[in-house]
Amino acid sequence: MAETLLDIRGLKTWFKTDDGMVRAVDGVDLRIERGETVGVVGESGCGKTVTARSVLKLIDMPPGRFEDGQILWQGRDLIPLPQDEMNKVRAREIAIVFQEPMTSLNPVYTVGDQIAEVIAQHQKLNKKQALEGAAEMLRLVNIPNPQRRIHDYPHQFSGGMRQRVMIAMALSCRPKLLIADEPTTALDVTIQAQILELMQEMKERFGMAIMLITHAMGVVAETCQRVTVMYAGKVVEEAPVRELFGSPRHPYTQGLIRSIPRVDRAATHKERLEAIPGTVPSLLEPPPGCRFAARCRFVTEVCTRAMPTMKEVSPGHFVRCVL
Amino acid sequence: MSRQYLIRRLLLVIPAMLGISVLLYTVLALAPGDPFSELAANPAVPPEVAQALRTKFGLDDPVWIRYWRWLIAMLHGEWGFSFQSRMDVDRLIMQRLPTTLIVIGAAQLLAILVALPVGVLAGTRPYSIFDQIANTLAFVGFSLPTFFTGLLLILVFSIQLDWLPFVYRADIDATGWRFYWEHIKQSIMPVMVLGLFQGASLVRYVRSSVLDVVRLDYVTTARAKGIGERKVISRHVVRNALIPVVTLVALQMPIVFGGAIVTEQIFRVPGIGSLLISAMLANDTPVIMAVTFVFSCLVVLCNLIADVLYAWLDPRIAFR
Amino acid sequence: MPGSTPASLSADAPTSVGAPLVAAPAAGAAAPAVPRKRQRFSPWQEAWRRFRRHRLAVASAVVLLLMVAAIAIGPLLWTVPINEIDFASKLEGPSWAHPLGTDDLGQDVLARVLYGGRISLAVGLAAMFVAIFVGVLVGAVAGMSSGRLDALLMWLADLFLSLPQLPLLLLVIYLFRDSLKAVFGPEGGIFVMIVIVIGGLRWMPSARLVRAQFLSIREKEFVEAARALGASKVRQVVQHILPNALGPVIVAATIDVAAAIIAESTLSFLGLGFPPDIPTWGRLLADAKDYLDIAPHWALASGVAIFLTVLSINFIGDGLRDALDPRRVI
Repeated sequence: MAETLLDIRGLKTWFKTDDGMVRAVDGVDLRIERGETVGVVGESGCGKTVTARSVLKLIDMPPGRFEDGQILWQGRDLIPLPQDEMNKVRAREIAIVFQEPMTSLNPVYTVGDQIAEVIAQHQKLNKKQALEGAAEMLRLVNIPNPQRRIHDYPHQFSGGMRQRVMIAMALSCRPKLLIADEPTTALDVTIQAQILELMQEMKERFGMAIMLITHAMGVVAETCQRVTVMYAGKVVEEAPVRELFGSPRHPYTQGLIRSIPRVDRAATHKERLEAIPGTVPSLLEPPPGCRFAARCRFVTEVCTRAMPTMKEVSPGHFVRCVL
Repeated sequence: MSRQYLIRRLLLVIPAMLGISVLLYTVLALAPGDPFSELAANPAVPPEVAQALRTKFGLDDPVWIRYWRWLIAMLHGEWGFSFQSRMDVDRLIMQRLPTTLIVIGAAQLLAILVALPVGVLAGTRPYSIFDQIANTLAFVGFSLPTFFTGLLLILVFSIQLDWLPFVYRADIDATGWRFYWEHIKQSIMPVMVLGLFQGASLVRYVRSSVLDVVRLDYVTTARAKGIGERKVISRHVVRNALIPVVTLVALQMPIVFGGAIVTEQIFRVPGIGSLLISAMLANDTPVIMAVTFVFSCLVVLCNLIADVLYAWLDPRIAFR
Repeated sequence: MPGSTPASLSADAPTSVGAPLVAAPAAGAAAPAVPRKRQRFSPWQEAWRRFRRHRLAVASAVVLLLMVAAIAIGPLLWTVPINEIDFASKLEGPSWAHPLGTDDLGQDVLARVLYGGRISLAVGLAAMFVAIFVGVLVGAVAGMSSGRLDALLMWLADLFLSLPQLPLLLLVIYLFRDSLKAVFGPEGGIFVMIVIVIGGLRWMPSARLVRAQFLSIREKEFVEAARALGASKVRQVVQHILPNALGPVIVAATIDVAAAIIAESTLSFLGLGFPPDIPTWGRLLADAKDYLDIAPHWALASGVAIFLTVLSINFIGDGLRDALDPRRVI
């Protein structure tokens, strides 16, 4: 068994709003081993982004707060860690790439300055050396003319190029874990493939683990070794990728997989693409019982009484369902 | 910032100045009575002489010709003669202008020194006790008219405590350090009145701008870099939040100049603001026109400076 | 003008809706899950609910109402004449006979402050109506026409924004004072002129607001639907666009009242407003400033009146912004 890098246990990140407490993340367990790619999937609002930001403690507090749980990074809990200790983990050990490359870079500094800022912070280099490091990073993510482009501002780059810059920035301190929060959602389809390919290439070069947050099941199938499915602030299923796609156990996972458009089948069987009926339930004082109950095809009376526990149905395959 | 942008922006000054001068001249031309109406009404002056004088000074020419002549004269610095002060208006204004500029400049400096830290602190801790106190005080600050603040300060610091003189004197008979000390002492209250008023609005601009910037994605990116909160705020929040503030400050300049007039009047500071008021009470039209014109130029100049500053702060501008 | 409020420019994030705004990362993730509890309310009820949460605004509304009541009813109850000269009791401090003391001629300060309040509020409201009328008109024309006329009008707005208002105000009053006095009488003439000039120099913010609203609303579906159904231009404006621009304009109007009151007081304070025998607040303050050392109550009475009025109007404006203009379209 490989070394465990990240082990999230029972994490609850809640937000205080005018209407009450929003339980965005409500008891999430997640494990990432060295060098593996773990997919976190679920629809918008299921808490995957909040989980990702919680790991780096990038949640605004207030209104957010850690209600419960642990975030163990190589055995050390990050939640009680003081600011300056946390800052040594950020970028150096865990780095993050966000969804919106258009707004994730500061418009008033050159791209080189922004990458150099990270390098200078963590590697005790002077500005000139850090800028050279930035140029090297741009070259690694396949941006042409890196020596010249470090002096350009973000608005002089296209969306795909900016995401490359973000990746370069994230990897500049060789982190052990890269959290990619829907890194391709905001990009054109052709660019999406390039960015995923780049991430794969970088992973092979640096050997880091990736936590890939996405709602695109296709992306997961292509890139991940293990998948965690989230629904309404809870993990509902976790399995190795083949197992998950081969025999999904949770009705929600089944629905997700069925809703992937498939060119081959659509053409031959004239099947209709299936959608999951209904919408995500309120995270304000959620009802007891399974959160998916209201949309579930197999719902029974048991489901609405108590939250089902996670159980292991086959080695490494966990599911939160009574079925 | 590209040179092209600078030139383009400089060229924009011309229509602005022309527009303002047309407006000023329209007001003047629409005003009832002209310098020779008294002459015409005077029975001692024969009508032919009055008419000859009118023709000589071109008062019967079409209005645009008169405007053009007036504009040329203004541009040449021929601003007329002040009957009240018995000197040329341009010399009079040049004598008084530095005092006004120093008072306004010092007040701006004070405003920035107070408002920047307070606004940033309030904006980064929204709805905290500090923020609420700062916000309420800011409201009080810009709801206090300058003329009332001035009187309050005089009441407290000159009359009750007797610390500061309440009348500004240009002729201080002292030398060396004492001379400067007296000057500073008598400038404290006028600068405070203007500076605190300006600072109060500035606090709110800075706060709301910081509040807007703090929740942007690139600030989260900066936090994820592990560079520490202080660097995140100073490099990524404050720097970006200042960009819109520059424009707002420029938009406020006309109000600041208005405040300067009142302040100068209260403390009898010998600047162009008090000159304007005394000229009005003495019906000294050339001085009134010239001071209004100078104030307009100052506002246009401030807008120009703000735009250049804006482009310097925001690299996106120069590429538009 | 000194003391004009900056709030019309973009001052502040609303106090009450702040929490969800700060929750930006969460809002993105959790928004679809938050129930739409509030949709039952009508927009005005919703606005009132938000306004009530701004405690300072509510308190200010009470203060302002009290002041307006005092100014409106006060002179009926406090029947001491404003110009009864009594040198025997000049510059007296507050007493039962003169709750706010007397001035240098022995006139009752309370009666004069109450009377002055009528003028200040009347000027403030009238100038606000002028500013809003011109502003909405210009903004609507610019927003509807687009193209060259729009560009010209907005250039004009920019030009007016960069005019030094107080000097110009003083200049206009200086030049036109006498002829207006001849037409409308000493009081009426000055009133008309001050209102028109103050209002005429403050139309730009509301013009920009209305135009911005136009540009954003014009493309919305319901207006397009109206256009497709053949609604005339004027009808589109009056029925569909103006009501939607109303919120921000009301906020701007509130701020304008405060600014106009300060402008009028400034003019009177400088001795260039109403004739000397009419006791406006600014005038009272100007007269009182030479007696600060022996009769501070005189200056304080009128100064505090101006300050309280302006402060409460500004707070109300802030509350209205929370209530009516949560998106802050500027």
